[in-house]
Amino acid sequence: MKILSQWIREYVPSIAADDRQLADDLTLRGIAVDGVFDLGADADGKSNGSLFEMDITTNRVDAMNHYGIAREAATIYNVPLLPLDAALPEFAKSSKPCPVRIEAPELCGRFTARVLRGVHVGASSGVVAERFRLLEQKQIFNTVDATNFVWMAMGHPTHAFDLDKLEGGIVVRRARKGEKIKLLDGTERTLEPDDLVVADEVKAVGLAGIMGGWDTMITPATRNVLVEAAWFDPATIRRSSRRHGLHTDASHRFERGADFNAAPVANALVCKLILESGGSVEGELVDVVIPEAAARTADRTAISLAVSEVARHLGATEDGKGIPAATVVQYLTALGCDLKASGEQAYAVKLPSWRLDIEREIDLIEEVARVHGYNKFANTLPAFAGTVVDLPQEQKEATLRRTLLALGLSEAVSSTFCSAAEADVFAPQPGSSVAMGNPLNEEAGMLRPSLLPGMLTMMAHNLHRDVQDVRLFEMGTVFSGSTERVDENPALSLGATGAAEGTSLYPEKDALFFEMKGAIEELCGKFSRRSLYFDTFAADSGLLPAWLQPGRCARAVMDGATVAWFGQVSSAQAQQRKLKQAVYVGEVYLHRLYKQALRQPISRELSRFPAVERDFSFIFPNAISWQQVAAALDNLALAEMVSREPREIFPGAAGKPVPEGHSSLLLRAVFQSQERTLREEEMQAMSARVMEALRDLGGQLRA
Amino acid sequence: MANETIPRLESYDDVALTKAFGELKLQFNQEAMLSGSPEGRESLRVDWLGRKQGRLTQISSIWLKTAPDSAKRSLGQRFNEFKAYIEQSIAQELSVESAGSGRPLDAIDISLPGTRSRIGIEHPLIKTMNEIVAVFKSMGYSVGVGPEVETDYYNFESLNFPPNHPARDTQDTLVVAGQERKALRDRLLMRTHTSPVQIRTMEQQAPPVRIVIPGKVHRNDAADATHSPIFHQVEGLCVDTNITFSDLKGTLDHAMKAFFGSSVKTRFFPSFFPFTEPSADVQISCIFCGGKGCRKCKHSGWIELLGCGMVDPAVFGAVQQKQPGYDPKKISGFAFGMGVERIAMMKYGVSDIGQFYSGDMRFLEQFA
Ligand SMILES: [Zn+2]
Repeated sequence: MKILSQWIREYVPSIAADDRQLADDLTLRGIAVDGVFDLGADADGKSNGSLFEMDITTNRVDAMNHYGIAREAATIYNVPLLPLDAALPEFAKSSKPCPVRIEAPELCGRFTARVLRGVHVGASSGVVAERFRLLEQKQIFNTVDATNFVWMAMGHPTHAFDLDKLEGGIVVRRARKGEKIKLLDGTERTLEPDDLVVADEVKAVGLAGIMGGWDTMITPATRNVLVEAAWFDPATIRRSSRRHGLHTDASHRFERGADFNAAPVANALVCKLILESGGSVEGELVDVVIPEAAARTADRTAISLAVSEVARHLGATEDGKGIPAATVVQYLTALGCDLKASGEQAYAVKLPSWRLDIEREIDLIEEVARVHGYNKFANTLPAFAGTVVDLPQEQKEATLRRTLLALGLSEAVSSTFCSAAEADVFAPQPGSSVAMGNPLNEEAGMLRPSLLPGMLTMMAHNLHRDVQDVRLFEMGTVFSGSTERVDENPALSLGATGAAEGTSLYPEKDALFFEMKGAIEELCGKFSRRSLYFDTFAADSGLLPAWLQPGRCARAVMDGATVAWFGQVSSAQAQQRKLKQAVYVGEVYLHRLYKQALRQPISRELSRFPAVERDFSFIFPNAISWQQVAAALDNLALAEMVSREPREIFPGAAGKPVPEGHSSLLLRAVFQSQERTLREEEMQAMSARVMEALRDLGGQLRA
Repeated sequence: MANETIPRLESYDDVALTKAFGELKLQFNQEAMLSGSPEGRESLRVDWLGRKQGRLTQISSIWLKTAPDSAKRSLGQRFNEFKAYIEQSIAQELSVESAGSGRPLDAIDISLPGTRSRIGIEHPLIKTMNEIVAVFKSMGYSVGVGPEVETDYYNFESLNFPPNHPARDTQDTLVVAGQERKALRDRLLMRTHTSPVQIRTMEQQAPPVRIVIPGKVHRNDAADATHSPIFHQVEGLCVDTNITFSDLKGTLDHAMKAFFGSSVKTRFFPSFFPFTEPSADVQISCIFCGGKGCRKCKHSGWIELLGCGMVDPAVFGAVQQKQPGYDPKKISGFAFGMGVERIAMMKYGVSDIGQFYSGDMRFLEQFA
């Protein structure tokens, strides 16, 4: 919205501040001036003042016009605001006023009409023409310009009809079902009884509060006019405006609540401007008022305000004086309130008809703070009461995040949504995904049941940009349930692709699997637990998630609950997403992990006696897994065996010392006692038991 | 040569200073050229840089101490430049010497790049969010969280949004499918702000309350360089007896100084939110130019950062149905909220908001 500083100054002539200062002062009071543009001078060298580009919040429709802003300026500087001059020239009282009937009093609260005869329709001149030029507002002709000028002056919509095209008096009524009207924009609308129309005795002549009708519009041939200024029910205008997709200045104001008392003034101002080019007034103003509507707006009951409440909500001012009662009265009176003392430091406040946004005591307190200036309040800190409460998951989440970062994975954030096809593939429980009612796009039709669609999208994003080494994780919410009830759970996804080195235990092509397994072991290791094991299933078991490649994936089970699935992305997914290299992903079900407490480290005494290493080299059939070997050793229950680790594994081949279908395993066990140095005989006995257990498992000692 | 006298400074203007330091430099270069042996180079070092009797120490004590205050700045600057020149020249002389004396066979080429294990990179949004949360935790705030899928009641109704508020329209809010048959207050939607957690917390906990709420929120916005349908907020709430608007001002002023540095200033403007009254927008003095005006603050010297206000009594009214302790006649409170993306974009100079959600390693590696 554009505002002229000279127009504001017309209403508040005693402002001492210059235009920039005025703009700043208004902005600090919530009447935001976004830009100030100097308009230069007119032909006589007189300054045109400035153009203010305004940005006013929607609750302050009353300040979206020159007079409304002038009132704010008068309040800020505590200077007088001149009343609007709505006096009309003398006219014959005897003439007959135009009949007006409100048939829908719940939708139209007030209607004013005045007839002007013998007007001259032509171009505007004088102040109207000058200000339109400065505002870059298009001139039409004087009658229409007059209604626009009054709109910009005081923010009340008005309308002028060609009187001679009206058939009988004005009727404000609900539209008849199917009734048609051609509007000023040239469109024909079909109406419903929920629409309000301004009509004559025969036809609708305007869609009330939104737009006038085509048939009765002013043309250069018009001689006699009827000027309308009214007050319409906000909800009715909002519904009508939406239904017809018609958003006009008038509907904008009426649907947010116009000033009930403005109608007669606006009507007079329009008439006055039209009469400047000729014509005369016929009869008194017709002003039909519905008392119930007046009671809801202009005649609201006074609300009470206690000065102590002002201090309780606003606190200390910078000058240490607080806001005294006299200042409260000054601010609110300038804004148009009428204050009557009602006891000690308390007032009954009658509210201005243009401030429908003020309804409660707190609204008045806000006005006091606003006019005083927010930055004139002190900066104080409240005394601390209460205790700090840790969320149960806060520490756990922080521990996981810290561990993941230390493991070399970077954090990512992906979309909360996925496609229906993705939900089918990735949902941990089939058929439990939740659809969106107004998805952002086709690919975002579902609330994500898993973080993996997002993770795969990000992995593909990198690979498609020739970024080959990627390690990512995401911690976020996954959704399940139904549109009746949505359950939210925390989850963690992992993604890895690119360079990873093989070791003496596994080749390079399997390295990412073990990197991911190591990460999951590390994460699970942060929690207290009785057991953690990894297993997997055959492709045809129906137990493998569809997104994983059979034989190259595993699940982690902690204390009997599946806490993660991870491994190489299935070839179907890889193909579909055009992944040029092997990608490994995993999902950790944090709601299950979070059931466990964080592990509390407990220190135990370190042995003072030497540790002895023994290496064992055996050939095993490939069917024997490391887990079986480890279990066989653990079953020996040798208290002194403090560790047993695979050191080297290499596969056999036909014609080689290690035959095809077998692998050689180099195993290192470490023995140590808490009480004594282990003797050689003890070591030999324990080694013999280890070898026996390995032989029992089908192992063959290497020469 | 240690007894070489220090020339007198005739004047302190630019010409005189250039001449004086030029002569000193010439003198040093001549001596350096003549100091062929290791011993010679060591004596050159002691002669010029020696702590007690070195010539630089003497120049500093004679010239700088006798200079008038008006000349001290320019003289000091020239002196420091000259000192750096001497130090660097002598260091070069000495390193030429050690390189020349031969490398042991197992010597390491120390100029090769170092190896390091890769450390994961904190996401700039999560990092920013955690930093903001940490500031408020240090002020006695506990962390609060809540669901991302909310009911209309918690997201709008309890926060004093009127039934026809535009935010309630599906043009602005992402909604879960199949809600049409439900009563308005029970309809499920993606929370459009973290404010519902205020209500949920107050329903669970009688006053006093101090919480800081980080979280992901959604709006039905078209994505462009500065808008994303997914974004993050940090919200705060403080409720007790006698909490005032000046407490709100002081708290945010303190928090902004803790987060951006103690020289940052705040200023407050009237604004409008359904769930606070009075409501304010807060600007901080530009962290790039200190308030003088630059491109980043559009030459205003100020950057708009957060919204806040005193909790509207109507919000306490909604909470009171479950927690009678929230009597707006007895207690008061303030709430504030800020967009994490906006702050991270400003702080790190990110120009496209979409990069935050891309998982692009090249983007993330900039924050290592
Ligand atoms: Zn700046």
